[in-house]
Amino acid sequence: MTGVPGPAGSGGLAGHLDGFVRAIREAGIPVGISQAVDAAEILTVVDLLEREQLRHGLAAVLLQRAAQRPTYDVLFDLWWPLSDRRRTVADEADGGASDDGDEPGESTLDIPGGDDVDLAALMREQLAQLLLAGDEEALRRFAREAVEMLGRGQPSPSGQSFFSYRVLRALSPDTLVAQLLTGLLAEGDRGGLAEQVARQTIRERLTALRAAIESEVRRRTAAEKGRDKVAKNAVRPLADQVDFLRAQSGDLAELRRAVAPLARRLAVRLSARRRLGREGRLDFRKTVRASLGTGGVPVVTHHRPRKVHKPELVVLCDVSGSVAGFSHFTLMLTQALREHFTGVRAFAFVDSTDEVTRFFRPGADVVDAVQRIGREADVVGFDGHSDYGTAFEVFADRWASAVGPRTSLLVLGDGRTNYRQPGLPVLADLVRRSRSAHWLNPEPRRLWGSGDSAADRYGEVIDMVECRNAAQLAQFVTTL
Amino acid sequence: MPRPPSQSPQFSSVADVGKRLSTAGYLPDTQIATTVFLADRLGKPLLVEGPAGTGKTELAKALATATGSELIRLQCYEGLDEARALYEWNYKKQLLRIQASQGTDGADWDTVHDDIFGEEFLLSRPLLTAIRRTEPTVLLIDETDKADIEVEGLLLEVLSDFQVTIPELGTITATRRPMVVLTSNATRELSEALKRRCLYLALDYPSAEREREIVLSRVPDLAPGLAEQLVRTVRALRALELKKSPSISETLDWAQTLLELGLDTLDEAAVRSTLGVVLKHASDQDRAAAELRLN
Repeated sequence: MTGVPGPAGSGGLAGHLDGFVRAIREAGIPVGISQAVDAAEILTVVDLLEREQLRHGLAAVLLQRAAQRPTYDVLFDLWWPLSDRRRTVADEADGGASDDGDEPGESTLDIPGGDDVDLAALMREQLAQLLLAGDEEALRRFAREAVEMLGRGQPSPSGQSFFSYRVLRALSPDTLVAQLLTGLLAEGDRGGLAEQVARQTIRERLTALRAAIESEVRRRTAAEKGRDKVAKNAVRPLADQVDFLRAQSGDLAELRRAVAPLARRLAVRLSARRRLGREGRLDFRKTVRASLGTGGVPVVTHHRPRKVHKPELVVLCDVSGSVAGFSHFTLMLTQALREHFTGVRAFAFVDSTDEVTRFFRPGADVVDAVQRIGREADVVGFDGHSDYGTAFEVFADRWASAVGPRTSLLVLGDGRTNYRQPGLPVLADLVRRSRSAHWLNPEPRRLWGSGDSAADRYGEVIDMVECRNAAQLAQFVTTL
Repeated sequence: MPRPPSQSPQFSSVADVGKRLSTAGYLPDTQIATTVFLADRLGKPLLVEGPAGTGKTELAKALATATGSELIRLQCYEGLDEARALYEWNYKKQLLRIQASQGTDGADWDTVHDDIFGEEFLLSRPLLTAIRRTEPTVLLIDETDKADIEVEGLLLEVLSDFQVTIPELGTITATRRPMVVLTSNATRELSEALKRRCLYLALDYPSAEREREIVLSRVPDLAPGLAEQLVRTVRALRALELKKSPSISETLDWAQTLLELGLDTLDEAAVRSTLGVVLKHASDQDRAAAELRLN
């Protein structure tokens, strides 16, 4: 092996790979020993000078879920960085299928040694053209230039720092949108479909630019300060590890994507259980008829289908502001269940309770449903702060028949009562009447019972489960 | 770990994979080409996971065409069992054989016994068929996530050693290792043991550039400008939170529709009248109409 990409560690290529695998493990992606061995084998098979081949090849053995890919890519860029040389051997190699390979190529910019303001303006001009053309490779090249020119922070004893915010502030790509729209649209196309489509195209390109700048800043910082330091800070938690209660709006879309298959899985799981053991009592007539084909010997027995057990599920969900992020996902779960079972009823409460099943008709949209609950459902009786006691009483009073011996009860909320009475006896009675009952709490277990939380007291009458992120939700689903 | 019988690889390089798959009508990106190349080189099954309509099954078909192999397909569903996936004794025929020999003399137990568990009475199902073939074969195990957990255990033996044990006949080992492609929509997590034996390929919707190439290669009569417009519109639709995002095949259907209708530009009216080709839920159509300002 001659061409070792990137700076190899003390143990040569194998040692370098080992470090990479360890970093991946530290980021929360489980990699078994056999996978690590396979990864070493990959190195002997792929063309090491083709960086993209190496990236995809290692990904094929090290990863097991699509959600792990963004983390992997960040780490890969740190461990197998592009070199600073303008042209590498890879450029001469046959491009072939690797048209999205990273080939730094020559600078497309001709920057005179002007001052910063001129420079920024010039690069903005350049950026606008690149965004208009939409050539991803050129955009990536531009990002590298931009970080070099605009991203430098104050030099300090610990080395040169680079900041993506400096680049983004200087270029302020978001303010280019209007200009780009004019470029992409013909006259008279404004306002309609064409504009929406063009906006989406621009959004995608801006996201790509931002990602390229951030990745370049990470690469440079790693070169200055060591990649271990960068790896620790740069890796975002996997989508299913993001805390429901602390989810940023940026995380929300990602989280929704993580929860969607989970909801489907839960539905599939419940319906699978319903269909398992499909053979019921012997169907005598059918068996005898079938035996005629084999000379009267009943080779194949036929059975009547089992009676279908229809699970009934009652979801009782806190929709107050303090658990907004959490309730959104649980309502999504409810929606997914509704699509598969008719026996799902959903109730929402703040300080009063209302049935919200009607908002979750199969085919309805979750985002709409959540908005409509806030607008139309009668969930606020007094002041809009959670009142579990009253909410439980209203529920037990108005929908007394909802919970029966075949019902599974699912309560979703943080159990923070605002120091009002928790209504323990009412809940205990509901639990007693139901087949099974669970409470999903989005707060960490150590906070249960602190302040106005009555979670520990509720925990005595109902099975309370910590459910802070999608991973824990998944875990709960499998034990259900 | 014992390696399955080795044989000469089908592809010489990643670029070769790309070229031959393209000839077979499938345009791979670097990720797909690299992973397919590795699956071929390392002799490991390829697990392809991704949302519906991203070309998972299509990849297996193209692979069969590109390597001149026969495609053997095992469609998974809930309740799939050994008798459907691996092999089954044709017991009706066995019974007839026993009854036929009852009248005749000299048909002692041993001969009948050996006889009814012979090749003639074995019904070969996809997995066994793929292992016994001496010609090049691509084995496609489609929608693996739909099958029950028990089937995964069955697949483990077949995929790691490429052999099947039939108590009456002994162990049948592959003379020529088939190329295995498993697909999954990720409705459930496949077991770690199965994933570990496979190369993992996560397929997502293609980049704008690649999708345009796909459209132009499959619907060559479409004007390039219209294809560009079409792909951008589809991407805008995918960015909305729809219940079912438009798949590649639906993009192709849409392109075909526009061609049939003789439309040369994709404006509001055209989209409104043909939206049913790409969006199959009423709520999705409403949402798209509102967000894309179709009205």
